[in-house]
Amino acid sequence: MSALGSAPRPALETAAMVRAGELSAVEVLEHHLATIEAHEDDVRAFTLVTPDEARTQARAVDAAVAKGEDPGPLAGVPIALKDNLCTRGLPTTCSSRILDGWRPPYDATVVTRLAAAGAVSVGKTNMDEFAMGSSTETSAIGPTRNPHDLTRVPGGSSGGSAAAVAAGFAPLALGSDTGGSIRQPAALCGVVGLKPTYGTVSRYGLVAFASSLDQIGPFAGTVADAALLFDVIGGHDPLDSTSLNRPTPRVLSVLDEGVDGMTIGVLAEYLDGVDPDVAARVHQAAEALAAAGARIEEISVPEVALGLSAYYLIAPGEASSNLARYDGVRYGLRVDAEDTAGMNTATRSAGFGAEVKRRIMLGTYVLSAGYMDAYYNQALKVRTKIIEGFDRAYAQCDLLLGPTTPTTAFALGAKTEDPLTMYLSDVCTIPTNLAGHPAISVPFGTGDDGLPIGVQLLGPALAEGDLLRGAAVVEAAAPPMAPPALTASLRGGSQENREGVS
Amino acid sequence: MAEPARLTREDVAHVASLARLALSDDELDTFTWQLAEVLDHAADVSSLDLDGVAPTAHAMAVTNVMRLDEPQVCLDRDEVLAAAPDVEDYRFKVPRILGEAP
Repeated sequence: MSALGSAPRPALETAAMVRAGELSAVEVLEHHLATIEAHEDDVRAFTLVTPDEARTQARAVDAAVAKGEDPGPLAGVPIALKDNLCTRGLPTTCSSRILDGWRPPYDATVVTRLAAAGAVSVGKTNMDEFAMGSSTETSAIGPTRNPHDLTRVPGGSSGGSAAAVAAGFAPLALGSDTGGSIRQPAALCGVVGLKPTYGTVSRYGLVAFASSLDQIGPFAGTVADAALLFDVIGGHDPLDSTSLNRPTPRVLSVLDEGVDGMTIGVLAEYLDGVDPDVAARVHQAAEALAAAGARIEEISVPEVALGLSAYYLIAPGEASSNLARYDGVRYGLRVDAEDTAGMNTATRSAGFGAEVKRRIMLGTYVLSAGYMDAYYNQALKVRTKIIEGFDRAYAQCDLLLGPTTPTTAFALGAKTEDPLTMYLSDVCTIPTNLAGHPAISVPFGTGDDGLPIGVQLLGPALAEGDLLRGAAVVEAAAPPMAPPALTASLRGGSQENREGVS
Repeated sequence: MAEPARLTREDVAHVASLARLALSDDELDTFTWQLAEVLDHAADVSSLDLDGVAPTAHAMAVTNVMRLDEPQVCLDRDEVLAAAPDVEDYRFKVPRILGEAP
């Protein structure tokens, strides 16, 4: 293949070698482009691959090194971007027909920061349309497949980003997490996914779904790589008025400080109704944290059981307002009609898929006169109760531990007919978004079906440092997990797992 | 709090028109049961007694962000207009809005 060798190299190591002139960014990129070329037809992680732009970026990194300059902490590291992050002059579709062909006139702040840190963007990743979904199946271009089993979903909504990292298309990716859209696909694809504290990563240039819940965060193969990426993208941004104007935790530097002396609560409600093999992995992770010196307690936060219902009133409410902008006037699709109202309706009816229409209607309904108090306002009060419940827990514990998802990756098509069953796959991730807190999913072995399981650590606002320390301990104790068969085949192994998908 | 009446097909048709969505008869049928199912699940929220609990619209405290009223570089007009479906004299062009065409 290339001089890169067979094993995927962590971003930290790649950046260090590129900065030291021991490895060229172009060489790193070509290896990853070759991996994409070999397996993208199977995985379908991308809405767009941008080899030309990537080569330009990689050559600039190598040129900087040659001149004795430092290209930055992500020097030459390939990264995949969820397709709801604006990239100037490059299509940004949110996997929706309504934005087909749209080229944003500006870059998202995270895109600007990645470029300044020397990262090399390889493309835009597939997602549930407008990030509404838990399997990537609501994408207008069709689903992404889980690299560990092509007949299964990768999770969602950031399924393309999770699959891209799992398949070795890039060591890093960015996603967005509104109700679990980073952590859930990370768990199902066997990679690390961090949902940072609300406001620590600028949302400027992130196409809005539910503005009080949306947060950009990293996908990576290792906890250290996720920490590295968070350190690059975090920090105040005057272009996002909800960006926190206070110091963002730096996490890479505290990563190996361990959990000795921490108290970590195993969240009882998150183990209700999850598959036994998933629950067993959570208990095993708790034992590993205890062995590293943490005190483990069982803790109950009954309010989190209301999270799912509250979320599916609040998030659609915000979405119905945010998506009113797609009216066929300023950008995106227009379907002509005699008058403007007719044009708006024709455009939106043709441009949005079924799940987006469902959420817009649900949101419009719960915000309408006569129903707002019973649904939307009531959900906002539940949000207060959930935050109070977490506050009570964090008065006793530094972090909480639970599963990321109730099951391993489910089959493509298994939940597309009944939206409520799909929504239930986010039951363990949603409360974190309602509270604005950070949480991370760390791969922790496999289930009875051989598919990846993620365990989740949760922390209070701005506790990313503690969270990543805990995650590093969990990662070090994780049972082995075979890499996807796709990657094995690239290394000259079997191709067995590449069949059986229609 | 009293629970609202169950969502009807007429409710869905009304909401769709408010949201500028045209639905087929089949879509109306499907969306009606699907949305009713989600709202039924939300009954555990709508039926709670939460009198006296303050609502939270935003988890982190947010305040208005002010800056000095000084001109700054903004998006390029031509680049922005180039993304529009229809443009005339540097303005977004739409079909007629009111009554009969002139």
